[in-house]
Amino acid sequence: MAGHFKKKTKTKEEIPTASLPDIIFMLLIFFMVTTVLRETTVQVRTLLPKAEALTKIDQKRLVTYVYIGPKKLEGNRIGETSVQIDDALVEDLGNVRTIMYSKLVEQPRLIVSLKVDETSEMGVVLDIHGELREAGTLRINYSSKREIPS
Amino acid sequence: MPVLKKKPRVEGEIPTSSMADIAFLLLIFFLVTTTIDVDTGIGMVLPPKLEDDVIPPPIRERNVLKILVNEAGLVLVEDQPSAVQLIRQEVMTHVLNEGVDPRYAESAGKALISIKTSRETPYSAYVNVLDEVWMAYFEMWDSEARALGYLDYKTYVSAITESGAENIIRDKIKAAISIAEPDGT
Repeated sequence: MAGHFKKKTKTKEEIPTASLPDIIFMLLIFFMVTTVLRETTVQVRTLLPKAEALTKIDQKRLVTYVYIGPKKLEGNRIGETSVQIDDALVEDLGNVRTIMYSKLVEQPRLIVSLKVDETSEMGVVLDIHGELREAGTLRINYSSKREIPS
Repeated sequence: MPVLKKKPRVEGEIPTSSMADIAFLLLIFFLVTTTIDVDTGIGMVLPPKLEDDVIPPPIRERNVLKILVNEAGLVLVEDQPSAVQLIRQEVMTHVLNEGVDPRYAESAGKALISIKTSRETPYSAYVNVLDEVWMAYFEMWDSEARALGYLDYKTYVSAITESGAENIIRDKIKAAISIAEPDGT
């Protein structure tokens, strides 16, 4: 017996798009807040070494970067090994301890990230170690890239 | 007198349909410019500055595994020529010796790794050696964590940070790595 089927009431099939701008704005604000624009220009070349035993530094606020590597010159040439902290090259390594000490006073949980060019010699790195020990900034991190295991 | 026709009312709204597009453009701009580069590296803690009147506690010779890296990046382990790839195993036998072999450490808690370089040693050679030593510790911690029934050391650490328990693996096998000053300075 064929029954008479009532046609279903037509429902709107559209997804409401009224809240789309709000969603997009939320994403936008998230990215605006998390974006850190690079504030320093690095004047030395730092090709980082590769390593496996890596740890991540999540708290970027705690980190101070020390760049060690050959100075970048015009025309893709490189000069002698120099040390840069923040925006300026450090001419006299003896100043490192005062710079680092004042940073430590501001941020007692300071981590010093050493971005050292892989062609640098250990001499300058050991000198920086000595200065950091004088300053009392003992937590360091040899910045290195992830090694792809062969 | 002509009848003044009523003007049709103009809608006074700003069209908001393009709002999503504008927001999308901004979003794409920030997506492209954002670099979420998490800084990775090998973490170390330098020894504190020694006061002049404090004599460092004596360390027994057998507890120290001496690794020397020279100017050419060649490696000496306990004065024997070695290779970077062999360091990991050497460190593990040294630390996990538990007093069996008199050449290696007395116990895991007393074991110490000393890395010595010269001033001319390339930084990359030093990082390679340090990396191997750390990897040896990571492997030992992993196997300790597996013995306690965890998947690896990382899951163990997240489990104890949740419960607030003490890290007994770290207490048992301390990563004691010292960076020695080169001779003649």
